[in-house]
Amino acid sequence: MEYFLQQLINGLTLGSIYGLIAIGYTMVYGIIGMINFAHGDIFMVGAFVSLIALLLITALGITAVPLALLLVLVIAMIITSLYGWTVERVAYRPLRGSFRLAPLISAIGMSIVLQNYIQIVQGARVKAIQPIVTGGIPLMESADGFVARIANIQIIIIVTTVVLMTVFSLIVAKTSLGRAQRACEQDLKMAALLGIDTNRVISLTFVMGAALAAVAGCMYLVYYGVLDFYIGFVAGVKAFTAAVLGGIGSLPGAMLGGILIGLIEAFWAGYFSSEYKDVAAFSILAIALIFLPTGILGRPEVEKV
Amino acid sequence: MSEPLLAVRGVKTYYGNIIALKGVDLDVNEGEIVALIGANGAGKSTLMMTVFGKPQAREGQILYRGQDITRMETHEIARLQIAQSPEGRRIFPRMTVYENLQMGAAVTGGQHFASDLERMFTLFPRLKERMGQRGGTLSGGEQQMLAIARALMSRPRLLLLDEPSLGLAPLIVKQIFGAIGELNKDEGLTVFLVEQNAYHALKLAHRGYVMVNGVITMSGTGRELLAKEEIRAAYLEGGRQ
Repeated sequence: MEYFLQQLINGLTLGSIYGLIAIGYTMVYGIIGMINFAHGDIFMVGAFVSLIALLLITALGITAVPLALLLVLVIAMIITSLYGWTVERVAYRPLRGSFRLAPLISAIGMSIVLQNYIQIVQGARVKAIQPIVTGGIPLMESADGFVARIANIQIIIIVTTVVLMTVFSLIVAKTSLGRAQRACEQDLKMAALLGIDTNRVISLTFVMGAALAAVAGCMYLVYYGVLDFYIGFVAGVKAFTAAVLGGIGSLPGAMLGGILIGLIEAFWAGYFSSEYKDVAAFSILAIALIFLPTGILGRPEVEKV
Repeated sequence: MSEPLLAVRGVKTYYGNIIALKGVDLDVNEGEIVALIGANGAGKSTLMMTVFGKPQAREGQILYRGQDITRMETHEIARLQIAQSPEGRRIFPRMTVYENLQMGAAVTGGQHFASDLERMFTLFPRLKERMGQRGGTLSGGEQQMLAIARALMSRPRLLLLDEPSLGLAPLIVKQIFGAIGELNKDEGLTVFLVEQNAYHALKLAHRGYVMVNGVITMSGTGRELLAKEEIRAAYLEGGRQ
């Protein structure tokens, strides 16, 4: 029971990070029907920006951990958003209206560019930081002495994710920007006929996705404490799996899919083998694509008449 | 005579290499209802979309109140108080009726939203009953009403209507055409209407144009066109209601 609880907590933490990244995939797919394969690398950039921001803030003498973390988060969101905006502007917008595969190929190219860029400017070696947030709360102790505990950093990650996803869902559901986004998602041409600047809405969608990926990157940094230029690939593919599992194009689906992938991975690692945890996650992708191609909360493609 | 509200001058539109409009000339004057009739595939809807720059005309000019809008972006054209209820209605299916109408008012900044909404509900009382329902769940007639109401929410001077009668029961067609006539008479709304239902359209319209294979072949007042033998033979025989 204690062991189970521990895996549950670990899974939810991991799932929060995947969920935050998955939203970027699903929103972009919803609005322009492409998989932004560079999104995982935007997450990686977010983690590196967080690292740099953290070092700068520490150098400036801000040592209060909550304040420092908040600053890092805000800086990472702003700078990473700029990356997201630029990627769309440079690599995807010129290809709009071109054949379907063109932006996809461009996205893969962009992913390689970002990885190499970070590798060159930051070096290929793994970067490690001291744990910033320590301690935790013991929850349960078993007879043989195993203590299930939730670390403070896990609390921070889960709470931040819940708060951001709530805020984000409210933006999409209630604001005029969110309404314009949904309109573009449902009928891009009609939205333009109603005076919506669709290019602007698409740009802002990339910005929002990148900001959430930056949060995920920041969380990843403080949770694991190690970074390299390659983390975006695996995390990106897993978040993509989460988006597919939840139903690509669906926001609640991305969040649910993220949590599920996190849980599956944590339980697999906890009960079977941590070496093969990626196999579990990717098997889910294969199974989902075969038996549940529209995902858990996705819509079947209905032919319009 | 003063300059027309909308002037189409020698417009040629292509889809890839295929020519759809082969040099169209047409005027819509302020306060008029103008009908464009023609068979399937004649290019009527293409003309409607070309006015909005989707696709853009490759040759020729489109002038709105004397301003050249041929190369403008679609959303900028929409902000000039031209609205369209397009082919296929294009309701946002997963948005409520209310949200669809909010989208219609996107260009106005929402100052008159409440009073405009009331006006739409007076014009189409059915929409009020369906306010919280998703667009995709409405019947065809209700969707058509919503598409027109959504276009009107932007407070247009010029309204483009693409086949408002398509697939609708005669009674609903009558309602919708009645509403269009009222808007024109009471508020001076200029309407440019594309129809296959030539009889109703020409009866309602002040003037009409006939399009065949991407060119205008005939024009005149609604009554003149209705009286013409070729029109009766091609568009009306058997279709009279």
